This record gives sequence, structure tokens and C-alpha cells, in this order.
Amino acid sequence: MDFFHSLILVLDSTVRLSIPLLLAALAGLYSERSGVFDIGLEGKMLAGAFAAGAAAAVTGSAWAGLGAAMLISIFLALVHGFASITHRGNQIVSGVAINFIAAGSTIILGQAWFRQGGRTPSLPGEARFSSIDLPFAEAVRDVPILGEVYSELISGHSLLTYAAFLLVPFTWWVLFRTRFGLRLRAVGENPAAVDTAGISVSWLRYRAVICTGVLTGMAGTYLSLAQNAGFVKDMTAGRGFIALAALIFAKWRPVPVMFACLLFGFLDAFAIRIQGTPLPLIGQVPVQFMQALPYILTVVLLAGFIGKAVPPRAGGVPYVKER
Amino acid sequence: MAETAIELKGISKSFGAVHANRNIDLKIEAGTIHGIIGENGAGKSTLMSILYGFYQADRGRIDVAGKTVTIDTPSDAIALGIGMVHQHFMLVQNFTVLENVILGAEGEALLKTSIAKARSELERLERDYGLEVDPDAVIEDLPVGLQQRVEILKALYRGADILILDEPTGVLTPAEADHLFRILEQLKDEGKTIILITHKLREIMAITDNVSVMRQGAMVATRETAETSVEELAELMVGRRVLLQVEKGEATPGDVLLAVEGLTVKDSRGVTMVDNMSFEVRAGEIVGIAGVAGNGQSQLLDAITGVRKAVSGTVTLDGEPVDLTGAADPADLRERGMAHVPEDRHHVGLVLPFEENENAMLGYHRQAKYLNGPFLNIEAIRADAREKIEKYDIRPPDSRLRTANFSGGNQQKIVLAREMEQDPKVLIVGQPTRGVDVGAIEFIHKRLIDMRDQGKAVLLVSVELDEIRSLSDRILVMFAGRLVGERGPDASESELGLLMAGVEEKEAAE
Repeated sequence: MDFFHSLILVLDSTVRLSIPLLLAALAGLYSERSGVFDIGLEGKMLAGAFAAGAAAAVTGSAWAGLGAAMLISIFLALVHGFASITHRGNQIVSGVAINFIAAGSTIILGQAWFRQGGRTPSLPGEARFSSIDLPFAEAVRDVPILGEVYSELISGHSLLTYAAFLLVPFTWWVLFRTRFGLRLRAVGENPAAVDTAGISVSWLRYRAVICTGVLTGMAGTYLSLAQNAGFVKDMTAGRGFIALAALIFAKWRPVPVMFACLLFGFLDAFAIRIQGTPLPLIGQVPVQFMQALPYILTVVLLAGFIGKAVPPRAGGVPYVKER
Repeated sequence: MAETAIELKGISKSFGAVHANRNIDLKIEAGTIHGIIGENGAGKSTLMSILYGFYQADRGRIDVAGKTVTIDTPSDAIALGIGMVHQHFMLVQNFTVLENVILGAEGEALLKTSIAKARSELERLERDYGLEVDPDAVIEDLPVGLQQRVEILKALYRGADILILDEPTGVLTPAEADHLFRILEQLKDEGKTIILITHKLREIMAITDNVSVMRQGAMVATRETAETSVEELAELMVGRRVLLQVEKGEATPGDVLLAVEGLTVKDSRGVTMVDNMSFEVRAGEIVGIAGVAGNGQSQLLDAITGVRKAVSGTVTLDGEPVDLTGAADPADLRERGMAHVPEDRHHVGLVLPFEENENAMLGYHRQAKYLNGPFLNIEAIRADAREKIEKYDIRPPDSRLRTANFSGGNQQKIVLAREMEQDPKVLIVGQPTRGVDVGAIEFIHKRLIDMRDQGKAVLLVSVELDEIRSLSDRILVMFAGRLVGERGPDASESELGLLMAGVEEKEAAE
């Protein structure tokens, strides 16, 4: 029973740690499916987290935070779009630039506005997306196994968590069941086909990066308003890149993206759980190794275990009408 | 007199300094198959892309069904009932046939109903026109012939009355091409207007009602197909010009330096472009390969110079085999005495942003004379470049100038100087005078004759028939990847023209 309880706890924190990855990876999915590679997920998420923290601190409203996060990250997505769609610039360079801008400006603005070393003020409960207890969570707590799964694992997460999981089937539906999704997939594979079919390649790609902005804004908000009580500098800590890895790992498909993010989240949760606990046969494992484990596994998984991940064929290539 | 489906008036289009279309007038009657013929680069595709709204004309007017229209985007063209089958298919490779057909014409925001509607509409089209394709097949699994059928279905699904086909048979086998022509005949019988762009004379004669000829961006003639001939069209297409007669003596062929045996090459789509070719080139002779562009000459050159993998066959350079697996080291071939002037000097022959002196030795940069230990000997390289500039009369005579700033003719001289001055045994030359001004042409021709007289084996591939005739000691004619005939330098233009058009040798002799 003790083991079962620990398992539930690890899974519970798996969910918590997966959500920012999931939102960011779904964000990247829209952009990359349209043929715009986005290495700037990290930066947009970070800027979103800061905007959410700042706006929530000033207004006292979590929703205002979410709105601010989405706005700023849509803005950055449009900057990326302007550079890579309109001006046909290098998408990697543009994405990296956005990461640097976000990393630097959040600290500078944070210090200038709140004077807490780049943090935003710690937020009270009502300015955050706090956990929601689903109906009957308390009542069924004592029911063996199922009760605990329901009350600990399924109930007690923030609104954004449930939204993130709902976005998985929603994204699948958009991608494979709507006109927009058909065109989005087509423009990432062969923009010339879209162009000759009489559809604007640029407008389609802009809409895709706007979707990316909305979702990275949600990811950032989750970090500063749900997982934490305020913005801390560099709080994304590479999650944007892990999300990118999950996206590739899942071959740009929504449901596998969810599982990939859960896997990476689990590795993270597991690492935290066994910190300082000697393992049988191995003994004490250095903390640093456990912290590095998700990254090591990412490399290993990407290097050999997923077969060939074929990106959208026109990914990373600006569309130029050929002469 | 039939109705006019499309009338173009004074269409002009430039890409930078290149006049792709100059003041073009064209009238296409409804319910006919109208051929537009011309050599590669004559401006046919540009003209049709303007009609389809892919490019905008700089000047000119388009009338569709008697009304002047503005076509700014492909969707304008589609709305006017114009459909286009592009030379390179505009299909999403990992989509199904159905998805490709509805893309851009979905109708509703949700796919469910539009897919169901498209499926029944597609079935009707397939039935009516004999265009069977499995609607759920994924494009990348289909052979090119079927992919093309999907393109035609796409246009018909959008309600096209006027169908433009840009070089539709380039990727097809002869049987597939015949099938396509039957489909086109049938579409014509249904009242559709068809515009067929091609550079193949035989197709024009076989299927069109009218034919317009383009040359160097201009429309030079329009004829009723029944009242013209292959000879007349070939003449209009190539353009009769003063023969550039080059002074040359008798050839004195020596040993075989280049031997090609049973060479077969496919292009990246898997279409056989060179089909079991065998020939040899001896020391002290120029062998010219004539043919209309796109009949496999490029692939032949690529295979011989080790750039492209050959399916089968052998190439022997001075008695030693050349690696045809696609892994040949060009530097190694150069060392063994094979110099290569590529067809496309901009993309293959030169690095345009480099200084002239760098391009003048690129590819031979491992030779001791250009090196100073592990470093390049800049002084020696520049001195060498200055020598070549002098000898080949390259203008302006500035070895430090960016290569992009030289004219086409002078750029070509830079390549020729580099390859010829290495004293090769075999010189492979592709389209030596494409885009080269008349003065430089004469010089280049003279240098090629000099090479022959020095006992080099020269293989010349050119789409310029005059050039082939005035330079070659033996002329091989290539059609659809095969050698269809060998002639002496005194063969008449019309005789070669017929061979180039794929008319059987027996018929040509009559």
C-alpha cells in the first residue's frame, strides 16, 4: 500500500511537470506543421510566464495574467512570423533571438518594476490558478485504489491542467477534421500546392504561429500562476527545448505528443522522488545524475529508439515562388 | 469560326534583366487543343503561369470568353474556369488523392461533409472521363502517371473549362503519354479547351488543332497544325540564323579516349532518361550530341562525369573504368584527365560570389602549383588567373572582380579557361554557348577546335543544332534517352531535325 501511495504521488507530480511541456509541444506542433520551425518556444513561454506573473501581481487576477501572457507570446510569435514568413529569414536564428530577448528582458523589466531581483511578487491564492477539487473527491478518498486515484491523481489540479489535456483531442480534431487543419498540414508539406490551389501561404502560416503564441502563453501562465506563485527568472529552465524534443519524438502528432510529454514529466518526477534515497544494488545516486537523466534519455531516445522522425517536408524553408 | 476562349494581348514579363515574355499576343479558340511549342527557356511556362495568376504580367491584357479580366492570384484563375497541371506536380505527397483534390476547394470549415461530397463528385469525374484513381491512395505511393491524373482531376473538380498542361509528357512513359492524349481528346470532345505546352514536335503534330511557336520570349508564329510540318515548326522554334561557320581542317582521329557502353541512367523520379547508350570519342575528334533539350543529355553528362549514379553500363576513360555508382571523386577524374565544362555554369560551374581568380582554379586547388605547404599560394593563383585572362580575352581583365559581375560570355570563358588549361585528355562540354553573346561564341568555338587539333577527345552536348553541325566531326542524335542516329558533319539540318523530333530513321530517309 505504501508503494502504491508513492506511485500515485509520483504520477501526480508527473502530471504537474508534464503540463508546461504538453502546452509548449502542442504550441510547436501548430507552427511546425505549417512549415515554420520554432526553436523560440522557450522564449515565448518565459515571456508569457513573466507577463502572467506581472499582470496577476498588479491586477490581482489570474485571468488578467493569462490574457497578458497570451498577448505577449502572440506578439513574439508574430515577430518570428514576420522574420521567417514575410521576410523569409532563417527560422533558427529568429527563434534563438526570441529566446535571448525573453531571457534578458524579463529580468530587466522584473527588476525595474518590482525590485525583487528579477522576480515578480509572490501571489496570493486568488491571483493564481489554484487546484480544483472535483466533485466527491473528499467523499471517495477512502475507497481503496480507485478512490485514491480519483482524489489524488485526477482531482486537485488547476484549470490549465484540464485545459491542456482537452487540447490534445482538440488539436487532433483541428488538424485532421477541419479545413484549417488540412491546409495547415498541406502548407507544411508543399506550400506550392497550397499557393496554386489559390490559398495564401503567408496568411495560413501566420495563423499557425498565432496558435503557437496562444499555447505558449498558456504554458508560461501555468509555470508562474499554477505551478508557482509568481515569476522567477529563467523559470522555464529548458522546458521549451524538451517540448521540442517531445514534438520530434512524437513525430508531430498530437496524441503521441501527450505521451511523450508524460514520459519526460515522469522522468523528472522520478528523479525528484528518489533524490537522496539509496537504490538497491546501485547505492546512492548523485543528485546531478538524476537531474540530468531526462536529458540523457531524450538524447538516447531521439538518437535511436523512435525510428526516423520525418519532419514536415517544407519545415524550415521559407516559401519563395520558384522561377 | 469558333468562339475565343482566351486572348492575350501584349503580355510582357521580366525577371530582373531577363525578358521572359516580350509583347505576346495569343488567341485560343474554345473547344480546341492548342499547342505552345518552344525550346527550354523560350518563355512558355512563364506565359502560362501569368495566365494562371501565379505571376503577374508587367504589361498586357487578358481576355477570357471575350471579357477583359484581372488575374492576380490562382484563385482568380480558378474562378474563371482555368485549371493548370504544372510540370512539377503541385501535390502534397503524404495526403490521399481525395485530400489533394479538395485542398483549397473544401467548401466548408469541417471536412466531413466536403469529403463525402468530393468522393461522389470524384467518382462521377472518373466515370465520365475514364480517369480511374483510388481516392484513398496516398500520393507518394502512386506512379507519376497516376499523380498526373490526380492533377487533372483537381482542375476538373474546380470546374475548369480551360486546362493548361505544362510539359505533361516529360515524366511519362510513351504508353502513359498515349493514354494522356486519349484523355485530352475526350476532354476536348466534352467541350473543354486545352492548352498543351511542350517542346516535343511529335506531340504537337499528333494531338493539337493549332500551334503557336515561342522563341526567346517572343511569339514567333501561330499555325493550324494540319497546315504545318515538323520541319517548319523546328525551323520556327530554333530560328534560322546565320550559320556560324568555323574554319577547321579534317579531323585525324586517334585512339579511343572515352568509351561509353550500354549506359542507362534514371532521374530522381525513377524515369529512364538515358537508355542503353553506347558510343566512343577518339583523340582528335569532336563528337557532338544533338537533341531537343530534355531528352536525357543532362543525365548523360552527369553520369559520364561521375556526378549521377548510373543504373547500368560502363564508361571508360583512357582505358580505365569510371566509377558510375555516384561516388566518383570529381577531383580524381580531373586528375585522370577528364575536364568538364558543365551545362549550368551558374550553379555547377562557378561559385558566383567568389573572386575570378578563385574560380579560375577551383577544383584543381590541390595541385602543387597553387599550394604553399598546407596553404593556398594566393600570389601564384592570381598570377595564373591573370595569364588565363590574357589568353582567353576575359573582360574586364580583373582577376579580383567578383565572378557574378562578369557577363555570361566571360563567365563561360572563365570556366573554359580553367578546364582547357589543365591539358586534359578528354573534354566534356555541355551547352558551351548558352546565354553567351555572339562574339564570345565565335571565340569559344575556335578554342574547341584548337583542343581537337591538339589531339584531345571532345564530347560536345548542345541543343543548338548550328553549333553541333559546325563543330562536330561526328553527330549523334539523342531522342528520349536513346541514340537514334549517327551522321557526318555534312548532314542537313532538316534530316537532323527530324531525328531530333523522334521521327523514325526510316521515315527520315525518305
